[in-house]
Amino acid sequence: MAKRIDVSGLSAYYGTTKAIEDISMTVEPRSVTAFIGPSGCGKSTFLRTLNRMHEVIPGARVEGKVMLDDENLYGSGVDPVAVRRAVGMVFQRPNPFPTMSIYDNVVAGLRLAGVKKKSVLDGVVEKSLKGANLWNEVKDRLSKPGAGLSGGQQQRLCIARAIAVEPQVLLMDEPCSALDPISTLAIEDLIGELKSQYTIVIVTHNMQQAARVSDRTAFFNLAGVGQPGRLIELDDTQRIFSNPSVQATEDYISGRFG
Amino acid sequence: MSTMTTAPAPQLRQSLTNGRLPKWAPVAVTVLSIALGCGIGAAAGLKSHLQWGLISALLFVAVSYAVAAKVEGRRQAKDRFATSLVWVAFILAVVPLAALTFYTVQQGIAAINGNFLTHSMKGVVASTTPDGGIYHAIIGTLQQVLLATLIAAPIGLLTAVYLVEYGRGRLAKAVTFFVDVMTGIPSVVAGLFILSLWNIVLGFGYSGFSGSLALAILMMPVVVRSTEEMLKLVPNELREASYALGVPKWKTILRIVLPTAVGGITTGVMLAVARITGETAPVMMLVFGSDVINNDPFNNPQQSLPLYIWQQYSMVNNDFGYQRAWGAALVLIAFVMALNLVARGIARWRSPKSGH
Repeated sequence: MAKRIDVSGLSAYYGTTKAIEDISMTVEPRSVTAFIGPSGCGKSTFLRTLNRMHEVIPGARVEGKVMLDDENLYGSGVDPVAVRRAVGMVFQRPNPFPTMSIYDNVVAGLRLAGVKKKSVLDGVVEKSLKGANLWNEVKDRLSKPGAGLSGGQQQRLCIARAIAVEPQVLLMDEPCSALDPISTLAIEDLIGELKSQYTIVIVTHNMQQAARVSDRTAFFNLAGVGQPGRLIELDDTQRIFSNPSVQATEDYISGRFG
Repeated sequence: MSTMTTAPAPQLRQSLTNGRLPKWAPVAVTVLSIALGCGIGAAAGLKSHLQWGLISALLFVAVSYAVAAKVEGRRQAKDRFATSLVWVAFILAVVPLAALTFYTVQQGIAAINGNFLTHSMKGVVASTTPDGGIYHAIIGTLQQVLLATLIAAPIGLLTAVYLVEYGRGRLAKAVTFFVDVMTGIPSVVAGLFILSLWNIVLGFGYSGFSGSLALAILMMPVVVRSTEEMLKLVPNELREASYALGVPKWKTILRIVLPTAVGGITTGVMLAVARITGETAPVMMLVFGSDVINNDPFNNPQQSLPLYIWQQYSMVNNDFGYQRAWGAALVLIAFVMALNLVARGIARWRSPKSGH
């Protein structure tokens, strides 16, 4: 199920502004890769290019190649909708659909793709909610509105919703930044479990979090205000946090800037 | 460091407590200013109670400010001043509305009875008997408004979806501009337009449908505007969440965006309906009016409530006519009010829930 992502020479633009420049990296399957770096360095932009969510913003465009195993996501004839089915995403702020119940939220992706059979959906709901460590908390109130859950539960509901469509890759854009430490812990544990099945990429501002959950860490930085962000280095998390090969990484991690 | 603290503190009040007016003060001020206002009005021999009221209102604002300034200080006095202005404005806005409703009910209630609601004016000599009713006008209004809504609501809805979800560049700007222009079209112009196009150029006769076309023109921009605002209120995060699940854009709009906004959209449509229900000019030109029941909105003249009111008032023009006009006005107001209540109900029922 999990696939390798191979990015080469990728630049992304907002109108005429270049947000990230010439990024090349490989994301290994069945592992967690963390993106760290100061605000505005293009981590989130880069993440959004990995499932073609970048181009949802008017005027945004991408140059370069993103290979998912052996398919170029930006090749001609590639359907962005199909890409997003294969590469799921969890956002910074929990965003369950407000008109839907917990149950409906989880199966939203499948239902909108045309799956109607109740037995299939029931199974998916239980499996996804268990996968997101939320089943025990909500199993008695599946028909209640998703927006009535706490922030941490909502975020796990969003993760359940994302894994319900069985993507190959799961992108997480600062999934814990709006959550308290306990909910954060729940989600970090969940990431640890999910990585046996998915390729996971997580953007985080919390360096301890990157150190805790990720196998590999990528450090992004920008040369100055108005300059595009670049990938500085990507290495095993252990090495990045103990003995990075670039001085800027060490400065950032040790809190000397950023 | 210690030398710094010896500098004299600026002239700030040291104490945290301050004079406070008691809770009943605003009520007392209100009673006092009304009493004073009436007193002054009576003493000056002003006939109009409206003038008494205005004097009271001015006194209320002035007395609130003065009393608060005396007891509580200037900042609080400004606060009281602003608060009393808001109250006065609120009452000025509510008084005409309440008076209108009250007066219509008072005048119209006598006309309302089973006979009035279930009979037309067929065979009634309107100026010499109190008989006859508004059944044909109710039928006409319902049919014309329903047809206008069926035309205007889908077009307006789709236009709004285009403007919010797809519209970029010149075309969207042009559409927005023309919607704005349409909002300002006087109803009589819309009526003339349909009259010249539908009735004269294309040769159709007077009918309820002909009126519906003009009403639809009036209704469309209102629907577009309100729906547009409601769709803009749907957070972009929801659209992104849906895209990220691999849901195509059209399905996202249909299944996520519109359901999230449906409460507000319905309210907007209902308010637009309420607006066109009272239109008289285009109906006069295109529906023409009739004394008999015509259940077919596509052929021959019909009646409608606003037109009926106008005819009873200006053409019958005696007490019998006035009585019927007031009765019809009451029914019209009740209808519009019921629509508003339904709209509110739907908005509350369909709005996104966060409860447990």
